[in-house]
Parts: sequence; C-alpha cells; structure tokens
Amino acid sequence: MRVPLASLARSPRHSTFLPGHPAYRAPLPQRWSSSLSRKPGSAGVRFPGAVDSKFTNALHFERPATYPAIPTYRALSPDGDIIDSSFTPPSDTLALSMYENMLSISIMDLIMFDAQRQGRLSFYMTSQGEEGTCVGSASALEKEDVIFCQYREAGVFIQRGYTFDNFMSQLFANKKDAGKGRNMPVHYGSATLNIHTISSPLATQIPQAAGAAYALKMQRLTDPNTPSRIVACYFGEGAASEGDFHAALNIAATRSCPVVFICRNNGYAISTPTLEQYRGDGIASRGTGYGIDTIRVDGNDILAVRKVTKKAREMALQDGGRPVLIEAMSYRISHHSTSDDSFAYRAKVEVEDWKRRDNPITRLRKYLEKKSLWSEEKEAEARGRLRKECLKAFAQAEKEKKPPLRSIFEDVYEEMTPETKAQMEQLRGIIERYPEEYDCSEFEGGKDTLSP
Amino acid sequence: MALMPCSLRKALRPATSASKTPLLNVPIDFGRTPLLHHVQSTYVNSPELPQDTLTRRMNLYQAVNNGLRTALDASSKVLCFGEDVAFGGVFRCTVDLQNDFGPDRVFNTPLTEQGIVGTAIGLASEGMKPVVEIQFADYVFPAFDQIVNEASKFRYREGSTGGNCGGMVIRMPTGGVGHGALYHTQSPEALFCHVPGFRVVVPRSPTQAKGLLIASILDCNDPVIFMEPKILYRAAVEEVPVQSYTLPIGKAEIIKPGNDLTIISYGRPLYTCAAAIEAAERDFKGMSIELIDLRTIYPWDRQTVLESVLKTGKAIIVHESMVNFGVGAEVAATIQDRAFLHLKAPVKRLGGWTTHTGLNWEKFIFPDVARVYDSIEEILGY
Repeated sequence: MRVPLASLARSPRHSTFLPGHPAYRAPLPQRWSSSLSRKPGSAGVRFPGAVDSKFTNALHFERPATYPAIPTYRALSPDGDIIDSSFTPPSDTLALSMYENMLSISIMDLIMFDAQRQGRLSFYMTSQGEEGTCVGSASALEKEDVIFCQYREAGVFIQRGYTFDNFMSQLFANKKDAGKGRNMPVHYGSATLNIHTISSPLATQIPQAAGAAYALKMQRLTDPNTPSRIVACYFGEGAASEGDFHAALNIAATRSCPVVFICRNNGYAISTPTLEQYRGDGIASRGTGYGIDTIRVDGNDILAVRKVTKKAREMALQDGGRPVLIEAMSYRISHHSTSDDSFAYRAKVEVEDWKRRDNPITRLRKYLEKKSLWSEEKEAEARGRLRKECLKAFAQAEKEKKPPLRSIFEDVYEEMTPETKAQMEQLRGIIERYPEEYDCSEFEGGKDTLSP
Repeated sequence: MALMPCSLRKALRPATSASKTPLLNVPIDFGRTPLLHHVQSTYVNSPELPQDTLTRRMNLYQAVNNGLRTALDASSKVLCFGEDVAFGGVFRCTVDLQNDFGPDRVFNTPLTEQGIVGTAIGLASEGMKPVVEIQFADYVFPAFDQIVNEASKFRYREGSTGGNCGGMVIRMPTGGVGHGALYHTQSPEALFCHVPGFRVVVPRSPTQAKGLLIASILDCNDPVIFMEPKILYRAAVEEVPVQSYTLPIGKAEIIKPGNDLTIISYGRPLYTCAAAIEAAERDFKGMSIELIDLRTIYPWDRQTVLESVLKTGKAIIVHESMVNFGVGAEVAATIQDRAFLHLKAPVKRLGGWTTHTGLNWEKFIFPDVARVYDSIEEILGY
C-alpha cells in the first residue's frame, strides 16, 4: 500500500533526508494497519502479530503437555546397524578418522583430568559422552565456516585440525598459545580453523553467532564471489536458559541469518538436571516457537549428527540464508569440570549405567567392526599411539616458557594507552627494586619485556 | 621524616637475602594473621561481637551458610535460590539448607542471572526476603539491567506508594584465587557503587560475614549486594559466635590503630595490607600504621575514614579491582576534598593494573605485599 508522505516524515523509523543524500535511509518494510481489514465471510483477521490465525468459537488453551515430544533422529542403532534406509554412510576413511578423533579426545581427557589432579594444570573439562556431537557435527562443516563454541567442544577443534600441540599449548598457557596465556584451560581458539576463542560466560556467543552469520550474508551479497559460508554455534541446554539464547534465535530468525545453532543437551548444567532447567519439550520446541527449522538428534549417534548437520548447513544457505536449530541429546558422563564432584548430586550408578548402555565411541566402533574396518588389535594399536602422541605434546608444552610479561598490558586496546605504559613502567620498577620478590624466569624475555 | 629508599629494608635483611627467597610476597599465613579470631579471647578487641558467647570454628563458606540458616530460621519470609543452590552451591555456601528448610524456600533456578535477580526484586516488592546467589561475580552482568535500572531505582520510582525491594540480598563470590583468569576473578564492586540504591558489602572474615549477612537480610530495608571474597571461603578460619548477631551496615572498622599513615581497604587485600604493615612497622622503627576495613563499600563510612586521615595526614587505598575509576578514586577524592589542609602526602591508590586478569598474570596485576610495602615506604618518607 502507499504511505502518505506526511506520515513518512513524522515517523521516527524513516530518514528525514531525501533519496540521494548520504544520510538517507530507505524506509523499513512495515505492515500497515489497513491489513487489519477483513473481507466479509473470511475465516480470520490478519492481525499484524498473527496473520494466519483462524477464528474459533471453541475456548481452548494450547496445552504443551498434550503435544507429542519432538522425535529424536537416529541413523545407527545402539548395536551399530544402519536403521535409516535412505542413509548414505560416510566413506570408510572419513568414518575411521572420525573414530580416531573421538578416541583422541577421550584419551586426552583421561590424561589431562589426572594431570589436573596432580596439580600440573589449574583446571580441565572433559567431553566424555559428547564426543559424537562435536566430532560428528564438525565433520559436516566446511573449512571456511565460522564457529563459536561454549567450552566442551574439544571434538570440534580436533575434527577441524587442532593438534595435540595446539591443545597442550593452550592448556599450559605457554608462549605458543594463541590466547597468549591469558585464558583458563580449555578456552581454545584458532584463526586458521575459523573458531573464535572461547569465553567463559554462558550463552554470550549465541547472539554473536547470529551477528557473525549476518556478516557472512552481507559479505556475500556485496561480493557474490565469496564462498557461501555459515556460522555454527555450540551451547548447552543450561545456557539456553540465558536471555542471550532467546535474543539470538529471535534476531537470527528475523534477519534470516545463515547460522546453525547446535545445542548439546547433556542433561545437566553443573548440578542442575533438565527437570529443574525447563518444563517444555527440550530446547528443540523453542526453535519452532521462534519460527526456526529444528531437528532433534541422538548425540550418541555420530553418523546421525553428521547427516543432520550436513542437511542443516544446506538449509541455512537456502533462500539467502536462515537459521536452523539442532538439539543433540546425550548424557554428561564426566563431572562438570575438575572443580566439580558430580556424585554430590547424582548417583554413580546412573553414570555407570549410561556409560555402559550407550556411548558415541562404542556405537561407532560397533559399526566399524561390522564393516570389518576395526578390531581389537587396531583398537589397542590406536590407543597406544594416540596416548604416546598426546603425552609427547604434553611434555613439550609443559616445559615451554610462558608468554612475555608484556602481554599483561597488550591487547586491551589496539595500542597501549599512556596510562598502561606508565603502569608497565611502575611494575618494572617494583620488580627491579625487589628482585627477590619476583621470579620472572619462566616468562619469555624475563622482566625486560616490560620496557617501553 | 625521610626514609632512605630500600636501605633500611636491605640493612635489616638476613645475610642470605642475596638469594632469591622472597621475604614479602610469601603466602598469607591464615593460621596467625591478626585479622582472624583464632581464639575467642581476642573478641575483647571486637566490641561489636557478642562477648562471652558460645563459638565454633568456621571458615567463610560455613559462616555464610550459618548466617543463611539463621535468617531462614528467624523469618519465614526468607528464601534462598540461584544456580546449583539445592545441592549446596558450587562453593558449598547453601549446603543442607534445602534439606532443612524445604524445596519451596531453598531451590535451584534455571541458568539465568537476569531471571534470578528480577525474580528477587518481584519477591521483595511483595514483602519477601529473597537471598539469591549469583554463581560468580563475573556472571552478574546479564542481571545488570535489573540491578541498575530496577532494584536501584525501585524506591525512588515508587515515591509515595512506599514500594521498595528492601530485604533482598544478592550474594556473589568475588575476587581472585590465583588461576581464575578473565572470568573467575573480577571484583565489580565499583560498577555497583556508581549507581546509588544498593548497599554494597564486602566481608573480610567468617565473623564479619555472618554478622553482616544477617543484618543485610533481616535488618536492612534497602537491597544489598553482598560480595564474598571466594579465596577466603576455605582459607579464612576463625571462632564464630553460634548465636544470631548483626554487624552494622554502612560502618567501617578500624582493625588496627596507628598514627602515621591510614590504609583503607576491604575484603581479601586487607590480609595483604596487614602483612605489609607488619613488615613496615618492623623495618621503619617508630612508625605506626592504621588499617581500616570499609566493610560497606557504598554508601561508605566517610566519618571514620576522615577522622583517621585528619589524625595521620597520609592515606593509601588498596583494592584488587583495577585502579581506573575504582573505589580508590572515590575515597581519595573525598579525602582531598575534606582533609586537604591536613594532608602531608598525596593520597595514594593501589589497585589492579588497568587491564584484564590474564591467567598467568594475576600475581603481577593485583597489589601484593611488596607493592603495598613499597607504597608505605614512599608515603611515610614523603
């Protein structure tokens, strides 16, 4: 419909500048009130807030408890048999490398958990039970895609090429750590792998992922020669209670951002079970509420996760872009972190039960064994080899120097401010006046890096 | 009086001081710090505490737990909730409270700080006394809108309706532990103090925590932000009165009298200051230094601080949080405004450097005993 010019000029949503002026902004599309008009006999009014709602004379509240739960997709049975007849399995090489990547993470987890207990690093978080969600989804993404993680996604990193050396440098906060020794252990990040550095606060990465996806969309609109890319964003079901999660889904939906949200629903947010986290049908039901295409998948089935993510990636790039939500169901076998003893709030038998009953690593192993791609001997050889590689990287990283002291003050701003330069000078003065009070030998360059 | 920089200190060092053994930056000995009541007999120096009372050894988290238990017992309006509160909280402050007071009064919430604080405001506005836990001070920021725009302005906005959210307490563990890096280390008290409306309290010890917490919940008609130095949860152990008692909100405490310099601090750095003062008074003979615990960071006790500085003529303010736009700036500005003609040296601020607390660097960023000692020497010798 045509909008009278006078109302345009008064509306704060429109530019008061004329077309051609640099400050001119084109009017935003709006539904105008005339859409409320109703043709005689029509079944509904096109309310601006619900354009397809039909009138009913039956007073009926929607009762979510009466809806069937959203189903959980599986490609492999717990015994490793393909149960989706339309399923095309990955190549043997890929399946084997995914298996080894899950194995690598689980071996590294055992080593680092014990190392933390021995006091050799301050903190660690394992991925036990969730290796499949991370390795499987990452295997379906392209190298150019951009990734935001929460903190339990070591599988994503390894699948994209993060090495034991990379992991260990970050965990020991040494001079080879891309985060310059500033972040707690497991806060990995990699420019070459297009994974933003992990930040501890929960859910903050989710709206950022929507924004990053919008950037990719705009860049492709400006230059169609850039590759089609999506953003993949990982988070847990606990984080989905934060306001940021809701803001993210809503913005991604309204701006049609090419982003795949991947929720790792592992049943626990530290001690809080899902029963006390939400009452709806998991996280998936929220996706549909925001108008987002959504699927729930068995996170213990790595091949299903891979297939679902591959399809979600395609969908996210259709029609100029749109968000997709994946809820991957699993169980957090591990404690929340090395700071947590989960047997204070859940029975050991519950954990042992899950471990025995279903596990992404054993399920893929059964599949590989049925295809004669894997065996007890291969398992023993791989475990021994990966453990050795991991321990070698561990030993090297542990003895590496820490980043220079100057990193204390760098990167707060692009360039150090006069205030911080003066503080750096004060710190150097203190260290020089009290040499016996400060041991700077473990830092690359000692105290000298604090010079202007 | 002028002190020869470092010379005294060096002269007093044992012959082995050429070695790399630190003398100042050694771990705080919590077993003998003068800031804790290792035995009940030292209660006579703390007249605010109930005297001749039954006491029990408690660490800081046990004292917080004991304070919460006392408040839950005293008033059926008191509720306790937050993330992981049901099993006792990640720092054990709420342990057994759900068992003893039931899941209607002590419960887990979904993981949403804005939800937790907003819910607390609503409860308080209808007469309840919600005591909510934010798991780490670093994670309070989703609730900042509720804190700054809602709770802080509630009474002012309601005007003569009388509506307010007094009785609500937001507890949060705060400060460094040595390896918390960017997001398990911050002390955001200055951010809460910039907007008036909340009383911001930081206890230094188990006895202080219990008395100040009970006062915050049961006696205070304004909302309170109660910041617990998490490094003290297990480290600080002392004799705590078993009975219910309160300590005054808004009142600083002179925890060590002195004549030549006033050091003002709160929370964990008080232990650093006490250690530096001990070394300085030993090295600089005849000098005595007054140590003041602000306890309530805002609205703060100007009278106690100003009276002390009028006497000593010199002041240093020490806090962990970064020095720029910090609590030290507010206190220093007030001192120079109200005591200018009595000052014998510039008012000194010692805080964390103007940066973030990277994992490897906490010990270089926060004021340590050597830095406090160095400033004492500088200001005494000014």
